[in-house]
Amino acid sequence: MNPGSEPFLVILIKAVIVVFVLVTAFAYTLLWERKLIGRAQGRYGPNRTGVLGYMQPLADVVKLIFKEDFVPRGANRVLFQLAPLISVFAAVAAVAVIPFGTVVTVFGEEVQLVGADLNVGVLFLFALSGIGFYGLILGGWASGNKYSLLGSARTAAQLVSYEVAMGLSVIGVVMISQSLSLVEIVDAQRETVWFILYQPLGFLIFVIAAVAETNRAPFDLPEAESELVAGYHTEYGGLKFAMFFLAEYVNMLIISALAATLFLGGFAGPFADGVWWLAVKIIVLLFLFIWLRATLPRLRYDQLMQFGWKVLLPLATLNLVISAIVIGLAFQN
Amino acid sequence: MSSRQQQTSTGIPVEEEARSAREAAGREGRPLTETERAIAGAESVTPQEALARTELAEGQDLDPGSREPMVINLGPQHPSTHGVLRLVTELDGEVVRDIHPVIGYLHTGIEKQCENKTYWQAITLVTRMDYLASFFNIHAYTMSVEKLLDLEVPGRAQYIRVVLSELNRIASHLVWLGTSGLELGAISVFFYTFREREQILDLFEMVAGERMNTRFFQVGGCADDLPSGFEARLRDLLARMPDRIDEYEELLSANPIWLERTKGVGVLPADELLGLGVTGPPLRAAGVDFDLRKAAPYSGYEHFDFDVVAGSQGDAYDRYTVRLGEMRESLKIIEQALDGMPEDSHIADDRKVVLPPREELATSMEALIHHFKLVTEGFTVPEGEAYCAVESPRGELGCYLVSDGTPKPRRCHVRDPSFVNLQALRPMAQSAYLADMIVMIGSLDNVMGGVDR
Repeated sequence: MNPGSEPFLVILIKAVIVVFVLVTAFAYTLLWERKLIGRAQGRYGPNRTGVLGYMQPLADVVKLIFKEDFVPRGANRVLFQLAPLISVFAAVAAVAVIPFGTVVTVFGEEVQLVGADLNVGVLFLFALSGIGFYGLILGGWASGNKYSLLGSARTAAQLVSYEVAMGLSVIGVVMISQSLSLVEIVDAQRETVWFILYQPLGFLIFVIAAVAETNRAPFDLPEAESELVAGYHTEYGGLKFAMFFLAEYVNMLIISALAATLFLGGFAGPFADGVWWLAVKIIVLLFLFIWLRATLPRLRYDQLMQFGWKVLLPLATLNLVISAIVIGLAFQN
Repeated sequence: MSSRQQQTSTGIPVEEEARSAREAAGREGRPLTETERAIAGAESVTPQEALARTELAEGQDLDPGSREPMVINLGPQHPSTHGVLRLVTELDGEVVRDIHPVIGYLHTGIEKQCENKTYWQAITLVTRMDYLASFFNIHAYTMSVEKLLDLEVPGRAQYIRVVLSELNRIASHLVWLGTSGLELGAISVFFYTFREREQILDLFEMVAGERMNTRFFQVGGCADDLPSGFEARLRDLLARMPDRIDEYEELLSANPIWLERTKGVGVLPADELLGLGVTGPPLRAAGVDFDLRKAAPYSGYEHFDFDVVAGSQGDAYDRYTVRLGEMRESLKIIEQALDGMPEDSHIADDRKVVLPPREELATSMEALIHHFKLVTEGFTVPEGEAYCAVESPRGELGCYLVSDGTPKPRRCHVRDPSFVNLQALRPMAQSAYLADMIVMIGSLDNVMGGVDR
């Protein structure tokens, strides 16, 4: 469908709903993470605020909003304020291209359940993730703090190393579906099988790179608290810190959604297609993220680089070459 | 030893370094370098200022090897410096060029305070030095007092001391394992180890009423006998502990990331460690099986059958295996001590030194007088000096006492292994990665309360 074919009001309503769901999902991802890690560590996690602790995110947000809005001496004021906004913008904008379902009819209006069906959806996501990292890098640089600066330097290095492997792991999927549009990639999987069956190695590389891209354990070096206090957000507090936090978790959600869309069929599933399948897949992937954090120690900076360039990248290239040859042969026949 | 060792510094030499640097800068008429300013406590520059300075200098020939390092101040308030250790660190990218440890942020003056307390009052103070190994602090102190008094400690008291000390060793190693895991990002281990430590602290509470700074050892023995029900609970714990230790090992020993992060990290040759005076697990990990419990048995350790766990490489991983092995050996010692617990008294029978039993105070005038004298002015100790050392979880913990014949010590000096072992950090950390330095601090297991005293 042509992106311009829907009325502006429909697009606006879709955007509001999607962003609302996303931010709520962020709050509860955070809560579930704390609860799950609590269970993994033989304790309960937050269970005091509201019923079973389910009002905890609200309490956290209220606390962060009412904190002093503080800019440290020696910081670059403009960039310091701007950096969290860049991160949040990039993270939230990415949800626009994730498809949630097929075309439905609401009040006689045909609505496609995707923010915008871009014909370069995959590239758009990669571009946004690149912009999002500017937030982290600028934030660390503008803080005027050496720990923040080191955190930013690590972020930049990590981004470059793992985005390459991630991009290569996705190309296999793009070659099979012959499209960069996420809607068409899902449609292709609904017609055949989930692409994880064609691209198991690609999926594995994608998930590992995704953990690194979202700065999660065991690749959480940019904010390694034992070395760099809190990395790039050492000097941030209150709402600005909340924004970085929001960006990190929304990125986690988006990248899980992307993995589900590219390799696990998106909203397609047995019995009946629908957004609940996407939700289930995202939750399974998020569980993986949280499980990793509860279990694994952190890599060292040079080990992270070696793993990225000497293991992941060659594997991704190998996967790409094999995929290309197989697909080429298949199309010949 | 080499010139490397001469540079090795803790605390005071840094002050000297700063002073000499200031003098040298004055002579040469140049401003202080950033490291010198950081050590001297002057304000450090922001990255922007550093960049501006680099840009200024760009016109001149800049040799990449001579570029000024980035100086960061790790600590004293930093998540992984084990309390309040401050490390002025010169960084070249992610590589540590040099560190300058600055200590004294937890200075309590305990050694000096001991001179104003009677011998039995000072026990309460010394427990607070190495707060993770309080039994070892008192053990070394009371042994020195007993040596000055020439007082024989009954067998039962010795065995109770051994049981509690070994429990304390396990508790201390559990804290070490948990925090080391935390520093490497393995957050769950911390909760598992503290779960078991909690049970050991429960046992301490049962024995002494206090959980951490237990003032339970007295001059001449222990304050009381083990309470009823203690042995059953301890045996219960002994039965469960090996599985728990297996659990930690399952989580870490075969974990590729844990191995990558700890193997080959923080290696110093054994002779250099000996030259620096390092004792305890860091030394044993390097293959020197020096353990005071075997080398100079005290408190009846010669009666127990246990092994000294030693490593071969001397890296952080070996220190980890050594400490885990020591926990298992401690369990063996406790078991043997419980089985062979002598039936005599928990404290020596010397009314001039030891408080009379509580029940006698109501009936015996003599006991009341002794009690009054001991509590108000304490007991006098013959003139002389004594040094007694125990094997604490961190190494040789010795107490040197000088007596001038009054009820108060003339001088009480403690050789704390945390302080001495800390010296090894600088030669280890030079040209290591920043992240590895954190592992090294963790693997040396310094307790700042013991370093500063």
